[in-house]
Amino acid sequence: MPYGHDFKHSFGITGGDFNKAGNVSVELKEILRELGVDPAIIRRAAIASYEAEMNVVMYARKGELVLRLNPELIRISLKDEGPGIENIELAMQEGYSTATDEMREMGFGAGMGLPNIKKNADRFELKSRVGQGTSYNIVIHLNRGEKT
Amino acid sequence: MSQYFHSVRVETEKCDGRMKCLRACPTQAIRIRNGKAVILEEKCIDCGECVTACPNGAIVAPTDPFGELDRFKHTVALPSPALYAQFGRSILPDRILAGLKKLGFDDAFELANVCGDTSLAIEQFLEEYNGPRPLIFNACPAVVRLIQVKYPQLVDNIIPITLPKRLAAKEIKEQKSEELGLEPDEIGTFYITPCPVKMIAIKQPASDEECHLDGTISISDIYGPLLSALEGVDQGSYRKSLESICVLGIGWAVAGGMHRTLRLNNVLDVSGISEIIKTFDDIERGKLQNIDLVVPYSCPQGCVGGSLTVENRYISYNKILRLLETLEQENIEACRDKREIRERYRQKYFHMQHKYESRPLQALDNDLGQAIKKRKKKQKIYESLPKIDCGICGAPTCLAFAEDVVKGDAQPSDCIFNVPRRIQEMWKEISGYMDEFAEIGGGKARTSSKAKRGKK
Repeated sequence: MPYGHDFKHSFGITGGDFNKAGNVSVELKEILRELGVDPAIIRRAAIASYEAEMNVVMYARKGELVLRLNPELIRISLKDEGPGIENIELAMQEGYSTATDEMREMGFGAGMGLPNIKKNADRFELKSRVGQGTSYNIVIHLNRGEKT
Repeated sequence: MSQYFHSVRVETEKCDGRMKCLRACPTQAIRIRNGKAVILEEKCIDCGECVTACPNGAIVAPTDPFGELDRFKHTVALPSPALYAQFGRSILPDRILAGLKKLGFDDAFELANVCGDTSLAIEQFLEEYNGPRPLIFNACPAVVRLIQVKYPQLVDNIIPITLPKRLAAKEIKEQKSEELGLEPDEIGTFYITPCPVKMIAIKQPASDEECHLDGTISISDIYGPLLSALEGVDQGSYRKSLESICVLGIGWAVAGGMHRTLRLNNVLDVSGISEIIKTFDDIERGKLQNIDLVVPYSCPQGCVGGSLTVENRYISYNKILRLLETLEQENIEACRDKREIRERYRQKYFHMQHKYESRPLQALDNDLGQAIKKRKKKQKIYESLPKIDCGICGAPTCLAFAEDVVKGDAQPSDCIFNVPRRIQEMWKEISGYMDEFAEIGGGKARTSSKAKRGKK
């Protein structure tokens, strides 16, 4: 079902920029707070957007994260220019990771990224083309109990 | 009158509006209005950063004057372990307690013992805990308030163990009233505090817990008199003095102290409010779930870094560490019996009766549609600002200023960069009139300029 979205804010993410990694989720959290979104929902959105942001930082050249909000739901869309995901089913499994040793050294790459997004989303759609990039939609309903 | 009681307050007549506090405040709770600092109560977490930053001493934390002691028939001092770190290495806790009595207190209570008990209770709590991690240590009230205001989702992670000074005050009142045949309110319990925030923790606790403390006296106020009082007190035997110190309790004064003395291996020590904010951001993103406990102190190095202390915070930090080392080397365990504490723990002696509640910052509007509108307006205003956070408008950042304008607390013209722009616009308007005037000539110009203004 197509939704009209009342609020939109987009964030650019640079691949490999670990200095700024995490800033998007902090800013996104602050926006949702200002809009009066329930703290429990903000937390889910913060976790999902952080994982999305980190996926770009770790694997892609660049990406854009767009936050949209209307009275019913939050939609976080991410589109990146990167290697894409070869086996989506595998990538969605907890513990599966293609992170390099350096990334693991920094505490990333536990294979929880995509599963964690899924866990915190009411709806999660992912599309990927190898060699081109990955895009996904994360939907979180504002009224609890409406989980689809 | 107001919803929140705060320990820090601006003495307006001393304030020059020099903006040091504006920049020091970690929660952007200060504005300069008409040249004077104003504290926004909703945002203030009483951390005391502004007290330290103010060059004029215009931001004060009104602790109790010494004279307050006269209100009570029997008075007891409960010094924060940070007090012990203020004096040279040869002055040990038992001598300091004796010095406090000489100053006029009827008794001085060794609070560090109860800190030690509480350490053991926390150890027990961690062993049995199965909920979401990491837990967050609650000894620093500024941290608890930071969570309540900025991280409402993390209130459930705060460890629900009662603070030592509260347990101690309750015990003192019960014991002394029985011993001396006095009413509990005839006994005055005074906490000797290293920071202002511990004071509000008494006047307006972060939870609905009952509090039996009657007042707070700052370390910086008591330091001078205590130093003179100490001159007449003999140190006694060094070994005996050491044996009176609870190693678990003394560690509470410094960041990392509890962790070290309990020998916990999965604990994160964080000190300094900006570092704590980074860490809490991480927790909110779902990181650090493999950590058992985060121990945050809002002051760098822990309570020894409090704004109401006297000694250099690194010196006093070192002093506590040396003391811990000595006690460990000498195998001194002056803390109470572990089994007894376990038994008390089982009886819920340490458990808080009320949970911490969050008090999240207000949204731009209660109605989502309106909030979205205001947020868009805020963004638009922000884009028009120079983004150099000069502070001349009275807000700490351009973003905070944009929010103030949207909320109606500031005017766009308060931004100094809007002034030339406004002059330019006015100039354009005026030159427009002048051109018209030149074209049409005298008489008609007045009506046409009025018509033009009407159109606008």
